[in-house]
Amino acid sequence: MMAARFLLRRAVPALRHARCYADAPAAQMSFTFASPTQVFFKEANVKQIDVPTLTGAFGILPAHVPTLQVLRPGVVTVFNDDGSSAKYFVSSGSVTVNADSSVQLLAEEAVPLDSLDLAAAKANLEKAQSELGGVSDEAARAEVLISIEANEAIVKALE
Amino acid sequence: MFARTVFCLFVFRFSPVTIRLKSIKNIQKITKSMKMVAAAKYSRAERSLKPARVYGTGAMALYEKAEIKAPEDKNKHLIIGVSSDRGLCGAIHSSVAKAMKNEIAKLLGAGKEVMIVNVGDKLRGLLYRTHGQHILINCKEVGRKPPTFTDASIIATELLDSGYEFDQGSILFNRFRSVISYKTDEKPLFSLDTVANSENMGIYDDIDADVLRNYQEFALVNIIYFGMKESTTSEQSARMTAMDSASKNASEMIDKLTLTFNRTRQAVITKELIEIISGAAAL
Repeated sequence: MMAARFLLRRAVPALRHARCYADAPAAQMSFTFASPTQVFFKEANVKQIDVPTLTGAFGILPAHVPTLQVLRPGVVTVFNDDGSSAKYFVSSGSVTVNADSSVQLLAEEAVPLDSLDLAAAKANLEKAQSELGGVSDEAARAEVLISIEANEAIVKALE
Repeated sequence: MFARTVFCLFVFRFSPVTIRLKSIKNIQKITKSMKMVAAAKYSRAERSLKPARVYGTGAMALYEKAEIKAPEDKNKHLIIGVSSDRGLCGAIHSSVAKAMKNEIAKLLGAGKEVMIVNVGDKLRGLLYRTHGQHILINCKEVGRKPPTFTDASIIATELLDSGYEFDQGSILFNRFRSVISYKTDEKPLFSLDTVANSENMGIYDDIDADVLRNYQEFALVNIIYFGMKESTTSEQSARMTAMDSASKNASEMIDKLTLTFNRTRQAVITKELIEIISGAAAL
């Protein structure tokens, strides 16, 4: 279904070469995943990436429709060509899928999932929820809400 | 007679040559230590530049791949100049200031409106007299500690809160090439409207205005972060080179002055001896 949607969009601008399902491109995805301080993947070839965005979680395969999305706190799963997968927790950021099948996943903060501590996350979540009742200033309230959302996502990811 | 010898040599100890020699030796110690400090900061900056470069090129990938170009008739421009607060680093600040002045002159000549953001106190010092009316934001305390993503986001927040709705802009910084060379580079900044109305944006699926605005704000921070990282690395390497040259120059001066000092010392002693001998002969 995804291939059909892709073909439909491609057919409109230029009917240069007729394509059929049989020779759909074995496109390689050039995947770059980085935070300001660390690079996880640089122009790597991977099979699939699952990203959590503001409009919902979706998976990106090679030849995905070009799109821009903004990330929400959640888990990014990268499926390598050999079948293994790696999970990372991201706080926020953006993901860009370009027409040439290159994907740039830029996270403000990203850590491998196993480096997160469930107990600490639960403690932070409870602290943030108790603070919510006490703040009145809008900016502080927004910060507490963000903290709650992030900690909830961490707890959900680790359980 | 003896006392006179001691007195002459005492005066000699504080002659202009000796005072100069002592002060240059002190300066050489200072420049040597500054060079070592800059070398340590440079190696740290270069290490953190590697991931920052991947991050920065990733952030600009959209604008390059979608070939977003700002329309020519837009009037409000923004120039962000990235430098730092501290001097003694060669031509770092003046090259960015010169590039900014050229850009401003070109844009004003074409009838556009220009505002500038100075990241670093030195830029403010170089620009406020001639282009003071164009300065939008000045940033201080830049360069003491390595720049972080938080610093870049503070600058971006101030810029977005300032209310200056720029149509397009550019960020000028010193791109790091190697230990001995850097180049003043320019990267474009685009406004929300330019990106939204660009012709190639149509191929990007499912984008609403809110998502695009978040994306743009994040991209702005990313580009500023990238510029600051490159700039710090260039600055530390330039300071290392400058202090190295200063130490070498000081060494040369010390050698020359030491020769003069020794010659003068020998001349004073010889004069004393001659006076003593001729005095003794007179008795």
